[in-house]
Amino acid sequence: MSSTSFESTVPTTGSQLVKRGLAEMFCGGVIMDVVNPEQARIAEDAGACAVMALERVPADIRVDGGVARMSDPEMIQGIQAAVTIPVMAKARIGHFVEAQILEALGVDYIDESEVLTPADEAHHIDKWKFTVPFVCGATNLGEALRRISEGACLIRSKGEAGTGNIVEAVRHLRAINGDIRALTLADSAELFDWAKQLRAPLALVQEIAETGKLPVPLFCAGGIATPADAALAMQLGAQAVFVGSGIFKSDDPAPRAKAIVEATTNYLDPHILAKVSRGLGAPMTGIGMDDLDIKLADRGW
Amino acid sequence: MTTGVLALQGAFALHQSRLESLGEQVVQVRAPADLQGVERLVIPGGESTTVSMLAERFDLLGPLTEFAQSGKAVLGTCAGAILLSAEIQDGRADQHCLGAIDISTRRNGFGRQVDSFEQDVQIPVLGDPPFHAVCIRAPVISRVGESVTVLATIDSRPALVRSGAIIVSIFHPELVEDLRLHHLFLSL
Repeated sequence: MSSTSFESTVPTTGSQLVKRGLAEMFCGGVIMDVVNPEQARIAEDAGACAVMALERVPADIRVDGGVARMSDPEMIQGIQAAVTIPVMAKARIGHFVEAQILEALGVDYIDESEVLTPADEAHHIDKWKFTVPFVCGATNLGEALRRISEGACLIRSKGEAGTGNIVEAVRHLRAINGDIRALTLADSAELFDWAKQLRAPLALVQEIAETGKLPVPLFCAGGIATPADAALAMQLGAQAVFVGSGIFKSDDPAPRAKAIVEATTNYLDPHILAKVSRGLGAPMTGIGMDDLDIKLADRGW
Repeated sequence: MTTGVLALQGAFALHQSRLESLGEQVVQVRAPADLQGVERLVIPGGESTTVSMLAERFDLLGPLTEFAQSGKAVLGTCAGAILLSAEIQDGRADQHCLGAIDISTRRNGFGRQVDSFEQDVQIPVLGDPPFHAVCIRAPVISRVGESVTVLATIDSRPALVRSGAIIVSIFHPELVEDLRLHHLFLSL
């Protein structure tokens, strides 16, 4: 290796710092689900900080039924070629070979996702074995900590994907951040019981009691359909948002995508939120929770 | 003195907490009016195309250029380096740079996330020990003008450069506990 007198030691790839570091770079941004290069370009043009490549958006997965799997590598590569921003892709829960394939493709983040049909009903992927970082969904703090202990470098609320209904994501964000606040008030003896109740490693529970935050960023996913939804998630403590069906299942995706990006940056300014929310056409229709046949958020253990 | 952190998208909150731990008063900058009273500015890492678009949509390109040309101190890290540069390679056609420092940057010049890395780097102006540089889909500084001083290199390429009161790094000092680079920035 050539080097100048300035340098020392060799580079390390795939470390926790490097993997969590990319998650930090997504903060304040919007990650958009896309199913083809054309949608990926619309997302990049709108200011997405990354795209999630998948074969069908969750709303279509709900309608179509059947087994939802990792996308065709050709389709993922088409999206990688179409945009310059980071490209994420989804693997089934526990399907470590899909994850190996996605890593070989050079995707920038893997979402071990409940939106796809689980491949393992007891085990998630051992994410420590990978150079590529993973994001995982969670409905509560215990689930978030189990995923972090398996090596996840970014946690997102599960919400209820493909519904255009923010209610579940709100529930999950409040549950996670509410329990974090409660942990900071617990005394050291109580933390042992907290770990037991949360079914989470004691060391992580103790760390959060000390710092008052997750050791990795927390984003919102599942049900964001409007700029106001994105700002709500941010005000509830999400550091960035994933938007799935909400953009490309709406009447006019490009302006809606742009408005959600602007709302995520200016989530505390109601005047800007009012301005960017105007005249976007109809959002996706959405589904009430009582009308759901399958709750995707129940997947994951 | 108030330090501004450009908060359109990216790792602005981490920079803010590092600066606050050094006793600085920090404001987040999302609009031209937020720059009032700001004496120093950090342009953080994030997605450079997103930051460029939002800077344009919220009328910040002109005010940011003026700020950088006024001689006030500016620290740009990663995407911030790209925004401050004079020329962007492998960017979007509509991507803006401020031309605040005479360098060319090539986006993602070190590759995709699987190529991202951390490494100890000797930075003589910061003294011993070496600084732990974390490079995330880092840009390559592919050209430096005569007005620019190279303060450190990684893989024989400039990793930390300075011109006047403008400091630019391809790595992320906000991701590590070491505050020496923020301290240097505050001393300008």
